[in-house]
Amino acid sequence: MSIDWAALGQVFGVSLAVTVGFVGVFTLGILGTSRKAQPAEAGPGATSTTPGASATAGAALGPARLGAYACFALCAAAVAYGINLIVA
Amino acid sequence: MEHITLLIGIVIITALVFDFTNGFHDTANAMATTISTGALGPRTAVAMSAVLNLVGAFLSVEVAKTISGGIIDEGSGIRPEVIFAGLVGAILWNLLTWLAGLPSSSSHALFGGLIGATLVSVGMDGVNSDKIVMKVLIPAVAAPIVAGVAAMVATRLTYRLARGRDDQETAKGYRAGQIASAALVSLAHGTNDAQKTMGVITLALITGGALAPDSDPPLWVIVSAGLAIALGTYLGGWRIIRTMGKGITDIQPPQGFAAQTGAATVILASSHIGFALSTTQVCSGSVMGAGLGRKGGVVRWSTAGRMVLAWVLTLPAAGLVAGGAALLADQGNWGVTAVAVIAVAACAAIWAASRRKPVDHTNVNEVETVPAEPVGVVTAAIQAVAPPPAGPVAAAAGPVAAVSSTPSATPAGASAATGSTS
Repeated sequence: MSIDWAALGQVFGVSLAVTVGFVGVFTLGILGTSRKAQPAEAGPGATSTTPGASATAGAALGPARLGAYACFALCAAAVAYGINLIVA
Repeated sequence: MEHITLLIGIVIITALVFDFTNGFHDTANAMATTISTGALGPRTAVAMSAVLNLVGAFLSVEVAKTISGGIIDEGSGIRPEVIFAGLVGAILWNLLTWLAGLPSSSSHALFGGLIGATLVSVGMDGVNSDKIVMKVLIPAVAAPIVAGVAAMVATRLTYRLARGRDDQETAKGYRAGQIASAALVSLAHGTNDAQKTMGVITLALITGGALAPDSDPPLWVIVSAGLAIALGTYLGGWRIIRTMGKGITDIQPPQGFAAQTGAATVILASSHIGFALSTTQVCSGSVMGAGLGRKGGVVRWSTAGRMVLAWVLTLPAAGLVAGGAALLADQGNWGVTAVAVIAVAACAAIWAASRRKPVDHTNVNEVETVPAEPVGVVTAAIQAVAPPPAGPVAAAAGPVAAVSSTPSATPAGASAATGSTS
């Protein structure tokens, strides 16, 4: 009886790398498409400035949003590769 | 398929019943955390999983061939009675663990049943003990560790990266990602587990002389096995879904995404590299890992411990039942009939026991709070492995879960009502 340590180690390494990579890239995509949480201590006085603030944030988000879409595209490619592995 | 005897017919039906139990036992693997994080509604989730299982069943027939000639030695005089007894053992163990709400491996139940029946009926020669260690024991230990570590690291990472972001807003993204991962798990499950049943039916047809040795499964076998597993998946093993989605740990969207992605990756990596790991153990392990990866996340080790105990017991228990069934079935036609009658009666008893405290799509996301009812015969037998009534941790989490799923909730009644109207 021989245990195939090499295959087991390979499964472990590949699984860890791909899972962490996929989750990391996807999270970056989420970061690019979501706003920072509004600080809770911004009192009622701050609400009047909110529309303007969010507008400037929206403009600044341009490249970030583009990067986020690239991240999601990478993830979609990974899923497609996964389906390919199942089918093949 | 020119000549199929009554016995072979019975074996085929039993195999399809096993396939069905396999389906509803393993819905939890793909969909438990998807349902508990709210990424998909319970019924949508099981419907999607069922369709993907059906599609998966048609994709390839490679796995079907590993059943015969792998663990069981095809040439050593396996007869249809033996396969029948093995299947009965596997079905009964699957139903018992379902009643207890424990995710245990359907493949191990199948292997255990076939091994037990072969041992009784043929003897040690019929079983490849090296292969048991390689294909069952080592993977059973490795699977939860590999998946758990991957999911834990991924959970840590995603929480660190998304620090300071609005939870509500990121949750949408996580849920979408989780649906994709869950779909991959379902598809992989269809290609793997539906084919195990195809392999068994093909093996029965070969041993009965209806098919030439080394044949591929005929089309009607592929279709019926795919339909049986899809139907089982659609009905959903809600008890097991509840244990995996809510019982082991409280899953939030980032954790659900990390757990499901880890599970999908490990399953694909293991089947591609050629070190097969059990889907159930991979998924349970990744849920535990995700529970550990969040700060303040709690893994309920008592539930996890019972689950592990069920994993350890699966092979010998299914083997024992199957061995007894093989002993009886070897007596001839009346023996086979007796096994069939006893098996049907046992299934009915387990089902009746489950009706006392039904779990379905309406209450799948609630944590049990009612202590056990008066103990019946079957419940007494499985009490050793049953998940405990939720403790203080679960009680504390209960209100939060109820609020997030049904805003206007007075827990049980209200959610049951919304379930029946939708």
